Amino acid sequence: MPQISQIAATYASQIFWLLITFGLLYFVVGRGMVPKIVATVDAREARVAGDLAAAETARLEADRTEEAWRADMDAARVAALAETSKAKAQATASAEQQVKAADADLAERLGHHDLAIANAKAEALANLETLSAEAARDLVAKLAGIEVSVDQAAHAVREVRAHG
Amino acid sequence: MAAAEGGKIDPMHQFLIEPVMGSHWVVGGYDLSFTNSALWMVVTLVALWVFMLGGMKRELVPGRWQAAVEGFTGFVSGMLTSNIGPAGKRFVPYVFSLFMFILFANILGLLPFGVVPGVHPFTVTSHLTVTGVLAIISFSIVLIVGFGKHGFHFFSLFVPHGTPVLMIPLIFVVELMSFLVRPFSLGLRLFVAMTAGHILLKVLAAFVINGINMGPGYVAIVTLPSFLLMIGITLLELLVAAIQAYVFALLTSVYLNDAVNLH
Repeated sequence: MPQISQIAATYASQIFWLLITFGLLYFVVGRGMVPKIVATVDAREARVAGDLAAAETARLEADRTEEAWRADMDAARVAALAETSKAKAQATASAEQQVKAADADLAERLGHHDLAIANAKAEALANLETLSAEAARDLVAKLAGIEVSVDQAAHAVREVRAHG
Repeated sequence: MAAAEGGKIDPMHQFLIEPVMGSHWVVGGYDLSFTNSALWMVVTLVALWVFMLGGMKRELVPGRWQAAVEGFTGFVSGMLTSNIGPAGKRFVPYVFSLFMFILFANILGLLPFGVVPGVHPFTVTSHLTVTGVLAIISFSIVLIVGFGKHGFHFFSLFVPHGTPVLMIPLIFVVELMSFLVRPFSLGLRLFVAMTAGHILLKVLAAFVINGINMGPGYVAIVTLPSFLLMIGITLLELLVAAIQAYVFALLTSVYLNDAVNLH
């Protein structure tokens, strides 16, 4: 086994070159490069953690904004509902009023017409009385040869009409 | 690679250390030659450095390469924070270097560089001197941190809470022993795991080669089953390469936890 049998002849060279190479490795790589690489990793981790925290803050902010927006929307909806129901009530009331006014107008006009009809009827009846009185006087004059006044005839007619 | 001389394949040859240029550099009585082992340490260092360069783009949104590098640093710093707590961040440079050096050395030793003529892969972590030095560095850091932070109070680590007074001397000795054994178990574990895996692969490879040399009948009964087994064991060894690097780094962080937080 050369590791044992050569040890006396080679230990000095082995230790010498190991100390040189391992020393260079320790100072150039271990002390020179590794801390920079570790610092890079640490900086990246800090950056990622910071970005995550910022994202979390932004998310909370967005949640708050959305909540406020939702509250605004709810309030607006309630206000719009109140507005529409008020407008609807107003429209119903005004329609009712208009119908009532139209009804009253119609009733008034009907009353006028009834009155006119009654007047016309009374006038026609009066005319009819006059006509029948004149007719009765003419009949009496022609049949009995008696001259009666229109008033008498009219009286007689009224009597006849009253007795049926 | 194993030297196939006269049909004999030596599974230990892969662990042989020899100077790359064939010349020995002796400084102050010590042989500091640039060996194949040193070459693969440099290869590991360069590969790891190139890999880490891909993580230095430092973009906010990482690409695949940067994400891979950040995955490794995040893995190591996560392991340290879960074992030690926030104070563990201090040890990220060391434990990361340790983990990645072992991981890259383990995996580079398993890659089939041998198919390129003249290139002989070498597993740095299959050498006790290397794993031992790494273990001693880890153990030294534990001692320095422990005594530096707690002074002589660090010895209370060897007396668990609720130990009866009568038992304290015995428990102290047992705990001290188990503490002192740590660098050995740390270094030996990696060395043994890497060595055993590579020997197993080399023995199976020798079966494959020798079966082919001995004729078609042997190919069917020796080469093919050995080759299939090699594929499975290679995958297993890749897993072991990662697990051993993880175990080394994990135990280092557990020991550091003792030093930082006591019990």
